[in-house]
Amino acid sequence: MKRRTVGRSDGRKVIVAAVLVSLLSFGPTVRRSDGQDTTAIDRGVRIGIIYRPGVRPGLVMLPRTGQGLDSVRVIVARDLDYGDRFEVITLPGGDSIRLASTTGPRRSSAGGSTATKGATAGALNYPLYQALGADFALDITAAGDTTVATLHDIAAASVRRSVRVQLPRSSDPDFRQAVHRLADQALQAAIGTPGIAATRILFVKDGKVYRIDQDGADQKLVSSTDRQAMSPAWGADGRRFAYMEFQAGKGWLYLQEMGSGKRTAVATTGSALDFTPAFSPDGQTMAFSRATEEGTDLYTINIKNNCCLRRLTVGRFSDNLSPTFSPDGQRIAFVSTRPGLPQIYVMAADGTDQQLFAPFDYGVTGASNAPEWSPDGQSVAFHRDVAGTLQVFVLDVRTRTVRQLTSVGRNEDPTWAPDSRHLAFVSDRSGYRQLWIIDLDTGRIRPLLQQSGARLPAWSPRLTEAPSTTP
Amino acid sequence: MKSVTLLLALGLGAAVIAGASCGGNPPPQNPGPVVDTAAENQRVRDSIAAAEADRARQAQAEAERIAAQRRADSLAALARAGDEVRSTLAAMIHFDLDKSNIRSGDMAALDQKVAILQANPELKIRIGGHCDERGSDEYNLALGNRRAQSAKQYLVSHGIDASRIETQSWGEERPLVDGHDENAWSQNRRDEFEVTSGGDNIRRP
Repeated sequence: MKRRTVGRSDGRKVIVAAVLVSLLSFGPTVRRSDGQDTTAIDRGVRIGIIYRPGVRPGLVMLPRTGQGLDSVRVIVARDLDYGDRFEVITLPGGDSIRLASTTGPRRSSAGGSTATKGATAGALNYPLYQALGADFALDITAAGDTTVATLHDIAAASVRRSVRVQLPRSSDPDFRQAVHRLADQALQAAIGTPGIAATRILFVKDGKVYRIDQDGADQKLVSSTDRQAMSPAWGADGRRFAYMEFQAGKGWLYLQEMGSGKRTAVATTGSALDFTPAFSPDGQTMAFSRATEEGTDLYTINIKNNCCLRRLTVGRFSDNLSPTFSPDGQRIAFVSTRPGLPQIYVMAADGTDQQLFAPFDYGVTGASNAPEWSPDGQSVAFHRDVAGTLQVFVLDVRTRTVRQLTSVGRNEDPTWAPDSRHLAFVSDRSGYRQLWIIDLDTGRIRPLLQQSGARLPAWSPRLTEAPSTTP
Repeated sequence: MKSVTLLLALGLGAAVIAGASCGGNPPPQNPGPVVDTAAENQRVRDSIAAAEADRARQAQAEAERIAAQRRADSLAALARAGDEVRSTLAAMIHFDLDKSNIRSGDMAALDQKVAILQANPELKIRIGGHCDERGSDEYNLALGNRRAQSAKQYLVSHGIDASRIETQSWGEERPLVDGHDENAWSQNRRDEFEVTSGGDNIRRP
């Protein structure tokens, strides 16, 4: 052990020298390469909003070669980048300078630089990474068929945690989700907060429902008929979803298992135009809008026992639609046209105590629609007509104040990530309508897709394990 | 061809009769071919009868053809009238942005539909409400519903039984015109009317 320390100490000087040289030549690249969507950010967020991007810890993904885990490292690094919790530090020329070698067998690299030769098996060169601005270093290595993710705490100069997982083969349909879960575990180990890497987003395109991983990979068609579908919504367990389908002049609500694809019509649906389904957090109740001769009103039905249809609003001369449960299940925010144009209202989950939720100036504020309650319960995101186009707003539930998040192009139908700080929404800022993701803390905006026509997104809860294939 | 045969038959018949009438004179020594007068007469009568039957058949066929033509013509006329009525019935009405009230200019169109529905009591229709792409996707389902209901209420208030009218909303999901300008939007904010049953034998009001 002592021998190793000495050896490493010798190596350290060499590495520091090598990195200082590389910083001189590559330094600017290091900083610029994180936050890829800077132009998108600049085009994105303004109008009286001040973002206070807190100081984010730096994280460096240790470069490794030859262990067949390149794609795992790429996916994890991107997840940690997209999670916006870290400044992900990209090392230049990962192969030419060998910065670390903790557990893997010693290997001579093709570059054959002194740094490579100096790096021997042993503890991490913490001062070096500190100099790079890293607070954490993540090392992903293979030990037999087990993948080991080791998170180093640079300041403490020690290993914070090692996570050992058995990843499915990369051809396995669950491979990417398993890697995303690994990224979330690394995040949890570093800052004690669950991540959003292992999540998916449902959306509608050309009348069909698709799902996609939050990093834009693995897009898959999930609606099962050729009929036109709308308004997908996740169950709180992430194992099933609901959506509306046009059928014979009516709007039908369906529940569908994510794993098996088995779908069932919601009780009492098919008699009218039912739309905008929303699961209660306990998964027992579905709230939805039903359009009849009397207009559109909100109903709930017990989807556990397929019974007990209950009407929550009686509009008569107004429409009530687009329900969204508070995470404690006690309240429902919704859209009502009772002020003359649609605005955001709230009521108890049994329909009592209906009142205005998001304040507006009569005759000035535009139509407000598509509310979604944040998973932490503190906010409701929605969109509002501003000067003839739609913009995403967030209502602070406690203070009942609203702030505008977007201003470029048309932005609509926001949906919360389970961390309550990211929103996916539809925007035409790039010239056509597609899905984007904004981080409310940093203001960073990135496109989820590069496809025209995607809309009505619904972000999943955390998907803790593979959806079972049997119900 | 048949009339030629007929003339020949008549001519031959006349010659035979003329030959038979000069029975007072002694027959010439060389009598020529022997003519069986009775058989010949029968043959001529048969021939005449056949010709007459033939003519009758022809006349009947002609009459049938004319009758069929007349039927077809009147059916076509009926169908034209039906198409006209149908297109009047299907004429769309349009709405202002985010509004569901019937425009005064569209009331005449709805009045025509009332008349057609009254003249065809077995006729049932469906009204589909549509929106332009500017509003919120889901809100537009409620707005489209209002638009369909507005037209239905107008028809019902003018005496049409409510059970004959279904309504449906498509929101902004089925634009009539692709495009992102007021011209497209104004055409897409509409009610469509379609016959669901009883449309086979549609009558003019």
